[in-house]
Parts: sequence; C-alpha cells; structure tokens
Amino acid sequence: MSLTLERGQTLVVFGPNGAGKTTLLRVLATLLRPHRGTVEVLGSPLPADGWRVRGRLGLLGHEPMLYRDLTAHENLAYHARLHGVDEERVGELLAALALRERRAEPLRALSRGTVQRVAVARAVLHRPELLLLDEPYSNLDPAAAALVEPLIGRSARVTRVLCSHDIGAALGEADVVLGLRGGHVALLAPAGATSQREIAELFR
Amino acid sequence: MRRSVAALLRKDLRVELRTLAVLPGMVLFSISIFVLMHFALNRSSVEGDLAAGILWVALLFAALLGANRLFVADADQGGFDGFLLAPVPRSALLVAKVTTMLAFLAAVEVVAVPAFALLLLAPPLWPGLGWLVLVLALGDVGVALIVTLVAALAVRTRARDLFGPLIALPLLLPIVIGGARASSPLLSFGHVSTPAARWLAMLTLYDLILGLIAFALFDFLLEE
Repeated sequence: MSLTLERGQTLVVFGPNGAGKTTLLRVLATLLRPHRGTVEVLGSPLPADGWRVRGRLGLLGHEPMLYRDLTAHENLAYHARLHGVDEERVGELLAALALRERRAEPLRALSRGTVQRVAVARAVLHRPELLLLDEPYSNLDPAAAALVEPLIGRSARVTRVLCSHDIGAALGEADVVLGLRGGHVALLAPAGATSQREIAELFR
Repeated sequence: MRRSVAALLRKDLRVELRTLAVLPGMVLFSISIFVLMHFALNRSSVEGDLAAGILWVALLFAALLGANRLFVADADQGGFDGFLLAPVPRSALLVAKVTTMLAFLAAVEVVAVPAFALLLLAPPLWPGLGWLVLVLALGDVGVALIVTLVAALAVRTRARDLFGPLIALPLLLPIVIGGARASSPLLSFGHVSTPAARWLAMLTLYDLILGLIAFALFDFLLEE
C-alpha cells in the first residue's frame, strides 16, 4: 500500500475484526515497529525518528490508557505533566466534556461511556496534529458523542486516521477510504469513488 | 526529565496509597520469614552470619514480591502506551520505577529491621545501626535496579510471577553475598567492628555496573 495523507484530511479504515486496523494505528503511533516498508508520520520516518513524532500525535484506542484507581483529574494531570501541558487545559477539557462533577471519582467508579470521555480528553490534551482514532464513539450515547465531536471531529489543523465499523457515519467523515482484510489492503480509494456496498463487501 | 520522573513517581505512589497492593504484602512477607525462621531453626535468637543471612534473604524475597506488582498497573491499564506516547526520555520511567522500589524497600526496612531485632536478633541493633543503614542502602540500590529491569521484561509475559524471580535471583546473588558479609559483624556480640571495606566496595561497584546496564537496556525492554 502506498498512501500519503495531507494535513486536515481524514483516512477512514474499514475491515473486519483481526484485519490489521489496530496494528496499523499502533505502527503510526510509534508503538510498533513496521516489519517491512517505510512509514513517515508528520514528516519523520519511523521508527528512526519516532521521538520527533511522540507528543504531536494523539491515540484513542480500545484501552483508555488511564489508571482505574486515579480520578479523571489525576489521570489528566499526570498526562499533562508528561506532555508539558499546563493544568488550565485539564480544567478546560473537563468542562468541555461535562466531567467537572465527576472529576474527583476514581475511574473504576465511572461508567464505560464516562471513561471514554476521559480517554478522549487524554488523547487531545496536548492538541495533537495527528489523531489516531479506533472506534472513538464506542460506549458513547448521542449526547456524549456530541460533546466529544468538537474535540475529535474534522478540523483543518488536524489529520485523522479513523477506524470504524459504522460504515455510514464514518464514510461521511472520510477523504480517503482504506479497506483491510487479513492484514492486506482490499480497498484504497478516495471517499467519493467508493460506495457503502463496496465497503460492506469487506465484512463478508 | 525531572518533571516527567516527578509525574511518574507521584502517580505510582498515589496508586499505591489508594490500593495498598504492594507495600503491606512486602512487610508482612518479610516478618513472616522471621517468624518461620524462629520455628524452623528452633532458636529464639540468632547473631552474626546467620542473622545477616536471614535478614538479607527476607528482604530480597520481599523485594521480589513487590517487583511482581511494580509494572502491573501500567501493563494492564495501558499506562505503558500512555507513557511511550509522551515526548519524554524513556529512561524517566526507569528512574521513577527504581526510585519507587527504593521507597518501598526503605519503608519495608523501617518496619522489618526493628521487627527482626525484636523477634530474632540476639545482640543489640543500635551500636552498628549507622553502618547497617549504609549497607542496606547500597544493597537496596542494586536490588531496585535488578528487580525493575526484570519486572519490565517479565510483565508482558504470561508467566510473569515465575519468570521474574527466575531471572532476578542469579543477578541478586552478589548482593546477598556482599550485603550479608558486610552486615555480619554489625549483627554480632562484642565490640561492633565496621564492615569490611571490600564488601562495601563490591556493593558500590555492582550498583554502578547495574546502573549502566539498566540505562543501556531499558529502552529495548519497552519495545513491543
């Protein structure tokens, strides 16, 4: 596969479970070394220059990457310190995601949807230029999805790679569509040149 | 680096204070060994080499118990990935975890050493206490470095509870030898002599070598 994504564009990745979507995101996030081929993220070749990229990307995966025994505020403050972000940003995100009331409760006491909101806050805390999103709306009700939308939705400043099973909704966000099956590329096309039926074929 | 180490340390200590998953187990385990030794040896008091051996073995096993839990929250809750995505040197995690382990060991020793003196030790502890603190501190640095490295390696394996101690024990052997030999004269009757300089030098040198190896290897241990 050869693919270049411009700033502000969204690549939507479709594929059945085990197709390689999460692996692709982890390679782009510098968490996995590619076995073959070359990957360049934000102008830096991986894995050699991975250190240049960390801190400029945000990953929202299946795991929230948060500590269950810490509160939402403590978790975000910890990540803010690691990223050199000031505490004001933590308060700003807690307010934006309607988490202020529950900021002092340990995550183990919160619902999965609420934890997902905290995970969104963690992923965008440092205002990343590249967002890697793996089913970002999972566990979120429509009201919560509306809260996170301004933070992880389309933006001219942020490039996004979005993995999803929701063909209709994700296709509406896509500039480029990538279909994976069994670790191989089954579809790669501009969003306008593909159809929901073609994407649905990937899951058969 | 200092800021990220402080953030990691604060997080680790906060999680431990809230869960008490590591420290109480380490303390209870070390005291249990003293009680078991009392019955197993059929002696109400020990001194010299025997006392030093029991003390160091109890502390090392307590350290291994703590090491098994050192990275568990990070591995099971995605904390490793969260850290690896931050623009900070990876060695910050090594420094923070070694410091956390040192804090745990110091806390264990604050309870376990007086308990040892009360339960098993025949000679009084206080005449050689200053030297004993130095010997324990030198040993603790090496123990913390070894168990942190091994725990980082073992935590992503399925058999981490078995794998960690199996790798760590041979590496801990020089510390048992140096620590016990240096402590023995401090736990004997009569005039308390100072520990032999060669054992202190050996512990110091081993700490330095381990520190260099740890900094060289740690980045690779975090690779997936």
